[in-house]
Amino acid sequence: MGVALAMIFFVAPVDGDQGISQKIFYFHVPLALTSYICFGTGAWKGLRLLWTGAERYDLESYTAIHQGTIFGVLTLITGSIWAKASWDRWWVWSEDQLVLFLVLFLFYCAYFMLRFSIEPGPRRERISAVYALFGAALIPVSFLAIRLSQRFIHPVVFTRHGPGMTHAQFAAFCVSWAAVLLLAYVMYRIELGGKRSDAQLQDLREAVAAA
Amino acid sequence: MSGYAADVAALARKDLRLELRAREVVPAMSVFVVATLVVFHFALPRDSGRHAAYGLLWVTLVFTALLGLGRSWVPERDGRVLDGLVLAPCDRSAIWLGKSLATLAFLAVAQVVALPAFALFFAPLTAQAIVGVILADVGICAVGSLVSAMATAGRTRDLVLPLVFLPLAIPLIVGGIGSSIAAHAGSYLLFLGLYDVLFSILSWASFEYVITE
Repeated sequence: MGVALAMIFFVAPVDGDQGISQKIFYFHVPLALTSYICFGTGAWKGLRLLWTGAERYDLESYTAIHQGTIFGVLTLITGSIWAKASWDRWWVWSEDQLVLFLVLFLFYCAYFMLRFSIEPGPRRERISAVYALFGAALIPVSFLAIRLSQRFIHPVVFTRHGPGMTHAQFAAFCVSWAAVLLLAYVMYRIELGGKRSDAQLQDLREAVAAA
Repeated sequence: MSGYAADVAALARKDLRLELRAREVVPAMSVFVVATLVVFHFALPRDSGRHAAYGLLWVTLVFTALLGLGRSWVPERDGRVLDGLVLAPCDRSAIWLGKSLATLAFLAVAQVVALPAFALFFAPLTAQAIVGVILADVGICAVGSLVSAMATAGRTRDLVLPLVFLPLAIPLIVGGIGSSIAAHAGSYLLFLGLYDVLFSILSWASFEYVITE
């Protein structure tokens, strides 16, 4: 993370068009990509749960989606700051990615509400897993829908001709993406560990109470 | 008729017969749709134009569907029928398909009221807009029946359903509005069809996991 920060501010050249505000790009885009990866992981773990029936995938799927939602909120915040700096408005509907994250944020908020309204047990695990799978299907469909609904005026950095960045910029981008991914993974492991020990404690308590 | 189709038909017929006898959902949906259109007449400023009216039509359709979907599993829940259905010797996805077809029929009746009312009150509807409505209905019922079954499993049933359903319905609204106002609606109709196919397959495949205890 420290290396990424240093690279962003000292190595990557200041963008000629957007100036210093372009620096937030190195956070915004990695956060967004990491969030997608988290949602994808959640869906994958959900699929594994339905496939194998192994209980441990439930917590893994839930934790991944939880991380994805956290990074999604951060994406919304950084995107909003970037919009303020670039277009002097906190929210612009013309920015597809931001709108997509708003939709996903709403969708996954409902995930938590649905999950916590169902009694813990195999049925909740399976419903959560199916929901996570729907999320993975919704991401591309929503993206297409938002694309269809408006003209595309967001500055496109990655084009078919490769990334439109200088080497230093691209390096800084990759390093910061790696840093964010690492952060996400560490948070995922910590939360998973905490949740697992919670569950074990619960089992122990029940065992003691039954004995 | 093969066994699967017969199961689906029997399940859908059960819902339709229940509705014919009780007459609860469809009249409520029909009145709701007209009432909402009237409310929107007052909510729209006078010179806001036709495009805004088409937008409101889609909002009305989605909320009417939500009204019907919220009730769609209530008879099963109240009568504890779901346990019996799960035990019945039929493919479980047939339960979903039967419910989707019945909901589609209810929605279609409500729209037979809604679309002429809209044309009368606001603006005429083109053929492509009507095709868009039909395609969106299929998606609404396919996804809606599944998420409604999900929401039924929880304690806060009626509370969670709109929260889950609305983000899923956003692509349908985009496709529907596009098909209503765009000059060349082909891509929007194609998108709606794609959505229907994708989410129908997904719902069909995953319903079994949602319903079993």
